Amino acid sequence: MAAPYRKMAVAPRVVVQNDSFDVGEEISRLLQTSEQTGGIGSFVGVVRGGDGLVALSLEHYPGMCEQVITGLACEAIGRFKLSGCTVIHRVGRLLVAEPIVLILAAAPHRADALEATRFLIDRLKTGAPFWKSEEFADGRRCWIESRAEDEDAASGW
Amino acid sequence: MSGAVTVLYFAALREQIGRAGEVMPLDNIRTVSGLLAGKRKNDPVFDKAFPEAGIIRVAVNRVLADFDAPVKAGDEVAFFPPMTGG
Repeated sequence: MAAPYRKMAVAPRVVVQNDSFDVGEEISRLLQTSEQTGGIGSFVGVVRGGDGLVALSLEHYPGMCEQVITGLACEAIGRFKLSGCTVIHRVGRLLVAEPIVLILAAAPHRADALEATRFLIDRLKTGAPFWKSEEFADGRRCWIESRAEDEDAASGW
Repeated sequence: MSGAVTVLYFAALREQIGRAGEVMPLDNIRTVSGLLAGKRKNDPVFDKAFPEAGIIRVAVNRVLADFDAPVKAGDEVAFFPPMTGG
């Protein structure tokens, strides 16, 4: 993969997995893909507790998920001139405070890195086929409904 | 027109319908909405699961589509609620 002296098209790293991820390791890995990187924007989505919430369960559409995220990442690479991009999204049952999603956007300059990070999380939330259900301490379980704010954030791009 | 499509359901919709998917013969069906109309006619659970078409999303061959999108033999058609990832 790493051919530092040869210019190559930027390919995103997209993973959907049950396991957690190591943010430091992912940043090191991303840094190795390009010497043009001047900054990395990052977002880590986490299971938020409160109101007796115990866990979230994430269901996904295998195949389509990876395809949609790769499409978004490629759009971000072109639009924000990224030198690298990583998106890791977890599925399965995740406890409060566990990480759900990691977005890393590397660019020569910070404005592009930060903008791209926001673009990716905003568009991913309502555009990639994942569905969350909540599990509470009293045994209740319910599907999270999409929020108008999230739809607005996605369409703003 | 002959052949069949694979139909998939996800999340709350899968639970309401009670199965994750099925193979459906196309007969004279040519669009996603035609497919859905056939389901509604044959199975009352679909009327309950699809109260308003607007709140259900559809993907044909893993790409988001409209209800008037064409379907052909061998396609994978998925129905699901609005997505809530991230």
